[in-house]
Amino acid sequence: MKYLIILFFLISNYSFGQEIISNTVNTSFIVSGVCEMCKDRIEKSTIKLKGVKYVNWDIISNKVSIIYNSKKIKLDNIHKEISLLGHDTEFYQAPLEVYNQLPDCCQYKSESIH
Amino acid sequence: MKKYLILFIFLIASKNYSQEVISGKITYINESNIESPLEGVSVYWFSSSQGTTSDKEGNYSLLKSITTNKLVFKYIGFKENTVIIDGENTFNQLMVYDENVLDEVTVNKRKNTIQKSYFKTQNIVTISSDELLKAACCNISESFETNPSIDVNFSNAITGVKQIRMLGLESPFILITEENIPMVRGASQVFGLSFIPGTWVESMQITKGTGSVVNGFESISGQINVELKKPYTDSPVFINLFSSNKGRNEFNLHLNKKISERLSTGIFLHGNKNSSKHDKNHDGFLDLPKSIGVNLFNRWQYTNLEKGIVSFLGLRFMNDEKEMGENHEKGLIFIRAPWLSKINTNRFDSNFKLGYVNPSIPYQSIGFQMAYSNHDQSSFFGNRIYDINHDSFYSSLLYNSIIGNTMNKFKTGLNYSVDRFEEFVETHDNQYLRNDRSIGGFFEYSYDSLDKLSLVAGIRYDIHNNLGSFLTPRLHLRYQPLERSVLRFSIGSGRKSSNIFSENQNIFSTGRKIYINKNSGKFYGLDSEKALNYGISFRQGFFINNKEGDITIDYYVTNFENQVVVDWEKQSELHFYNLEGKSFAKSFQIEIDYQFSENINFKSAYKNYDVKKQYNSGLKQNPLTPKNRFFFNLDVSTNLNDKGANWKYDFTYNWVGKQRLPLHTSLSFLNGYSPSYSLINTQLTRVFSKKLEIYIGGENMGNYTQENPILGSGNPYGLDFDSSIIYAPIHGSLVYLGLRFKL
Repeated sequence: MKYLIILFFLISNYSFGQEIISNTVNTSFIVSGVCEMCKDRIEKSTIKLKGVKYVNWDIISNKVSIIYNSKKIKLDNIHKEISLLGHDTEFYQAPLEVYNQLPDCCQYKSESIH
Repeated sequence: MKKYLILFIFLIASKNYSQEVISGKITYINESNIESPLEGVSVYWFSSSQGTTSDKEGNYSLLKSITTNKLVFKYIGFKENTVIIDGENTFNQLMVYDENVLDEVTVNKRKNTIQKSYFKTQNIVTISSDELLKAACCNISESFETNPSIDVNFSNAITGVKQIRMLGLESPFILITEENIPMVRGASQVFGLSFIPGTWVESMQITKGTGSVVNGFESISGQINVELKKPYTDSPVFINLFSSNKGRNEFNLHLNKKISERLSTGIFLHGNKNSSKHDKNHDGFLDLPKSIGVNLFNRWQYTNLEKGIVSFLGLRFMNDEKEMGENHEKGLIFIRAPWLSKINTNRFDSNFKLGYVNPSIPYQSIGFQMAYSNHDQSSFFGNRIYDINHDSFYSSLLYNSIIGNTMNKFKTGLNYSVDRFEEFVETHDNQYLRNDRSIGGFFEYSYDSLDKLSLVAGIRYDIHNNLGSFLTPRLHLRYQPLERSVLRFSIGSGRKSSNIFSENQNIFSTGRKIYINKNSGKFYGLDSEKALNYGISFRQGFFINNKEGDITIDYYVTNFENQVVVDWEKQSELHFYNLEGKSFAKSFQIEIDYQFSENINFKSAYKNYDVKKQYNSGLKQNPLTPKNRFFFNLDVSTNLNDKGANWKYDFTYNWVGKQRLPLHTSLSFLNGYSPSYSLINTQLTRVFSKKLEIYIGGENMGNYTQENPILGSGNPYGLDFDSSIIYAPIHGSLVYLGLRFKL
């Protein structure tokens, strides 16, 4: 029993490790935004995309770090999905009507915020 | 000619200087633990107007100054840094977050000293070091009186030691860890918390109900984790002095030094001395032990953020001597030998931790920790001796990762521990030896929907030489239907070895004859303890007058399947036996917190405990366990002025309801129940600047004391002698004064 459990742990760790080597891509790019609410929106929606493993958006640098499985999702798609939330990315402009719907504190395009 | 030459040299020199440029890159560690450029950092020469700011790539360049070589880096929310530039032409700077400044600048609200989260799955209360300051004295066993989650009880009139309880159960049922290494257990169960100086503590996390499987199978009613100060972030110099009118003096010194960018070390020294002899109630016994203690801790921290490595190494020595008993130096002539008691403790602790987070895969980490300690106590209480030597080794390996995405996380790993106990009980011939060895594996899965629902489900399997092989399942659920409403549920089992003597040392300072009703168990002939804990907690936040508050209702039940019953019911006798029948602790708590204004915080709680077990004499409420308690705390502070000075005031009121008393002829006038009473603690702090503050405070301001804490004090060698039926403070009001200084 004892050895069985240890073996199980070893196998589970090993298989997770394998997956990371093969298809996992680590990327980061600029996503426009200003506040904690932006952070919440960007992170919560992106992590729910199929194939995305990890998301972190840094308020100060506006840089999003994403780790994803390249077999399940394309980078272009991630950019597109984020832009549809109202946040410009390096590839896509956010649709204006979506941007205008963002709460006041998230209006990153208006100069007065800065 | 000479004049021109000098002028020429000056011109060249100054030209050279003005041509020389210092440049470099400014970076910070972003939230994904990746070093990234920081734009907009002010870089300027100390006390001059020469300066610049960093660009998008974090680059800066600046002409060298003739007047100074001190270069200042400044950016809001980060720690300001001044460096000496000696001839270098490039200098790269890593900026470090300054959490204090960020709070002051961007958060208009005062940070609560006790924090309850809406988002954590477990019912965890975090206590910051600011909250610990409210109880200025002196170690963490005394620090819970301003906090409603933990109750403080007085357990013995001779040693004056305070015992904590959670959900109505004594501290052996709480897993107490220091930075996630089990700490106050075995031999240190009774005095262990008093050996952790309050100033060493950075924060404490109190988990109500069953804990995480990661820390072992021992937690039954809850868990307290103590985080100590870290050399990398603690102030370079800290001094604390404390003195009370009862002759208690305490001293704390912390020295921290950054040896290099990555390596820092800290030395933490604590000393305490109580030399005066008080016998205010004239029973012939000292009210407080005469004591002297030294505690020295050296810790090393290695942090390499680029490689994702953090490591700690700690070494600690502790010596504590307590002398108690009859005040025999007063020149009184005894017709018998005076009843004296002495406890001498030496403790050595060492621990090593290594953590690795892959910087490019931040959700994966591996942690390893190991600790060795030796706790050696030799003591006597009258003519009873109690010696214990406990060697303990603990190690754990922990791996964190995700399944699919970061909404599904897991932790898995192994623990291995060895404990060796050697005890001499009552006489030097009566020796008990025991070795406990266990190896366990655990797996804990957490799911977070990122809005309404989260859960943590864990299971562990342990193989223990004395407890056997067994599974420990635990589950925590959180449901947050609305932004300010959160419902939590938890269920889990726990077990523990029963160290009956070290956990119940107050039996020795009585005349009671000790009986163990042995069966075939592995612990002094008794079986181990096993319990199931489940509970529910609801928290609702609200706004009144635009000020935030919340109300929390908790209900927890602990059901013992097996327990070692400590039976004080018969006078002059003490029985240990395994439970036959029911034993449970049901605890209900309602707590209201409200912030009247930015300067006034208010907390109040009512607690009800129904803690019963089957004694040989029937199903009864545990003795010395109040059924009802009421708590109230008010904390007021003035606004900080531009020098960082202000006043802080804190007031705590505790009402303790009646408690069932074990039978004793000297207490018969109370009809089996203690009177209810109130305790008031208060403190005033004057903060002069960030560096210096002075505090003055009082404990037990109502001066309520137990009338006769030592029963049968006339004949301390007799069977009726008992110093452990304690329901109220032993000594009256205490006034203290102290200062804190840091650089």
